[in-house]
Amino acid sequence: MAIDKTITGAEAVITALVENGVEVIFGYPGGAVLPLYDAIFDNKKIKHILVRHEQAAVHAAEGYARSTGKVGCVLVTSGPGATNAITGLTDALMDSIPVICLSGQVPTHLIGTDAFQEADTTGISRPCTKHNYLVKDADNLCDIIHESFYIASTGRPGPVLIDLPKDVQLTKIKYNKKRNRIKNKSSNNNPKINMKIITKVVDLLVNAQKPIIYAGGGVINAGPKTSTLLTELVDLLNSPVTLTLMGLGSVSNDNKNFLGMLGMHGTYEANLAMHNCDVMLNVGARFDDRVTGRLNAFAPNSKKIHIDIDKSSINKVVSVDFGIVGDCKEVLTILVQEIKKLHNQKILKSKTDWWTQIKEWKKKDSLGFKQIGKNIKPQQAIKSLYNKTKSFDTFITTEVGQHQMWAAQYFGFSKPNHWMTSGGLGTMGYGLPSSVGVQIAHPDSLVIDISGEASFLMNMQELSTIVQYNLPVKIFILNNQWMGMVRQWQELNHGSRYSESYTESLPDFVLLAKSFGIKGLRVEEIDKLDSTIDEMLNTNGPVIADIRVEKEENCFPMIPSGAAHNEMILGAEDKPKDTSDAGLALV
Amino acid sequence: MSVYQNNEINEEETSRTLSLVVDNQPGTLARVIGLFSGRGYNIESLNVTEIDNTRNLSRISLVTRGTSMTIEQIKSQLLRIVPVHIVRDLTLEGPFIRSELALVKLIIKGANRVEALRVAETFRARTLDVTLSSFVFELTGKPSKIDAFIELMRSLGDTEISRTGVSAISRGNKSETKLLEQIELN
Ligand SMILES: Cc1ncc(C[n+]2csc(CCOP(=O)(O)OP(=O)(O)O)c2C)c(N)n1
Ligand SMILES: [Mg+2]
Repeated sequence: MAIDKTITGAEAVITALVENGVEVIFGYPGGAVLPLYDAIFDNKKIKHILVRHEQAAVHAAEGYARSTGKVGCVLVTSGPGATNAITGLTDALMDSIPVICLSGQVPTHLIGTDAFQEADTTGISRPCTKHNYLVKDADNLCDIIHESFYIASTGRPGPVLIDLPKDVQLTKIKYNKKRNRIKNKSSNNNPKINMKIITKVVDLLVNAQKPIIYAGGGVINAGPKTSTLLTELVDLLNSPVTLTLMGLGSVSNDNKNFLGMLGMHGTYEANLAMHNCDVMLNVGARFDDRVTGRLNAFAPNSKKIHIDIDKSSINKVVSVDFGIVGDCKEVLTILVQEIKKLHNQKILKSKTDWWTQIKEWKKKDSLGFKQIGKNIKPQQAIKSLYNKTKSFDTFITTEVGQHQMWAAQYFGFSKPNHWMTSGGLGTMGYGLPSSVGVQIAHPDSLVIDISGEASFLMNMQELSTIVQYNLPVKIFILNNQWMGMVRQWQELNHGSRYSESYTESLPDFVLLAKSFGIKGLRVEEIDKLDSTIDEMLNTNGPVIADIRVEKEENCFPMIPSGAAHNEMILGAEDKPKDTSDAGLALV
Repeated sequence: MSVYQNNEINEEETSRTLSLVVDNQPGTLARVIGLFSGRGYNIESLNVTEIDNTRNLSRISLVTRGTSMTIEQIKSQLLRIVPVHIVRDLTLEGPFIRSELALVKLIIKGANRVEALRVAETFRARTLDVTLSSFVFELTGKPSKIDAFIELMRSLGDTEISRTGVSAISRGNKSETKLLEQIELN
């Protein structure tokens, strides 16, 4: 019996995407993906969003994925299309975001000949994807697409690239549906939780006098239910909790036990609680160097417990006493269950001394600032923005720099999946395209890109995408005319020698907005800040708001590079000692 | 490692032999090697060949060096690679055999030819090729034995060396079959 080969590879790809629940794909066409674009042309189930640069396609897919919990999808052409996508893929890898990137490739018989727009895409993307494929045999195409969704979304999520030679896209094949079980190391993606360790950990947690829970992006990746469980655990133990940059929103900012973000620009109380704790529970965070400060002084007198889906995260930089490899949701479910059992017997230690101590630290008011004079303090700009948007279902994206840290410090996040920022890679230019993806996924919600003027210039071509799809994204630029974070480091570490960190020749952002046919606003004085924010929020379409802020404001509190949690400086008056030689070498 | 002082006591680095079962497909070896170069780990020896052509699997025998924390890192990083199915730490598991094959060409004329053959015989090397001015010997065994042989050969004349790298397997009746059966057919 002849197998009926009824559809082309390209049509099979699109069918497989639909079967895997894809509704939106972010892409940019070119010669090597014309068959795929032809298959999309009259497809009613997938909406294609035409970005203006392939890097932006990946960031948009990341924003889409992070705000929905679904897999983000990208389509780019061979050669320059694929190489442009590399920054985005690396970003998704570092922040564990599930993304599928389909790239075109020259036909199989031309691979290796330096054909027009040929690049060794699987070679280039190998270290910046969780996995990748070069499909040489069209008959494997469907299985590979199905498998790639499984790989991108299970275990520790990440980007998967599928390189599709043009002849494979044109070959007639038989469509294969998703099989029940996908060939893979399923054991590795769903590790068995070790109950013996759980018992010991529960014992440690209920007997802790000075516990701290430190949670990260893994909680977000494990789904919204995980945030509820985490909050329940915090309440049960009456433990203070702090969140990493990637974890913001997993415990509500108004939770009485929440100490704010920790790390380099974290609060004083969060960092000191980390330093002085006796038991630390790390849930889905990875002891990143922005968080730990100097390692040999990191939480020196504590027992450490680490929950992570990725075994390689455990004992990578900090040796812990108990490592639990598992999905945060599953582990937290068990922990909450076990602790509840004990809770009934009222054996929980009171933590009065610990909380008294924490309240002392809080009195330092490490996020305090003085809004005096006419100039707008960037901190105030974020605070006002937060106050005016509290009642909305607000999604925030950011670029990278001081504005990103101020957003993390002064905007309050009460729910998971509402905060999109480039944490691991720190990619300037992430926020604008990411906001495109978020707004596409949540057309009726308020989406704000909190931006810096330098970062904005890195992917501002996406204004065109925003206009094309009429996305009412609000671009809130904290314009200090400096690459502020670079300037700050030059001030602190390089004797105020401001080498190349001033942005000359900035555009007039209001006129720029006008040229795209959208609203542009500018505010230079504090009395007009509120009304400008109101006007931005009351505008139906996209807005660029050029918020001229104090130019040389620094981002505090800060753990200087190479210093420990208890060596943090609170402000400019808190004269830091000179950065150590080792610290100078740090990024 | 990083410029942060390490928080562990300066533990000594030791040599470890790992045995991996991986999908025999393009890119797998590149991923394994890329992991070592990208994260700054050492590879002292590497050897790869297909071992199961129905399941399309290869074995990689790999000798690396590091503290126990680094080795644990290497092992869990290797397991993150999608086509890597099994990572066994033979050094940790118990007794195991490391063996290597070397082909050694010696360019030699005159009286020392007899000496070369005598050394080869002592090492139980096979003579695969003879001309009036050269030999090719084949030798298998522990890397240290091969090192010693090569050193002697070098003192006798001009040499050309080709070695396979260590191939390793555990001693005793411990079987891998169950693990292999869990890997679904392609
Ligand atoms: C793509 C990229 N290039 C360079 C950097 C290094 N960098 C980090 S912050 C920063 C300055 C950002 O300036 P701006 O967007 O104006 O934000 P600000 O710090 O002034 O708020 C630079 C250059 C980076 N993070 N990403
Ligand atoms: Mg700036």
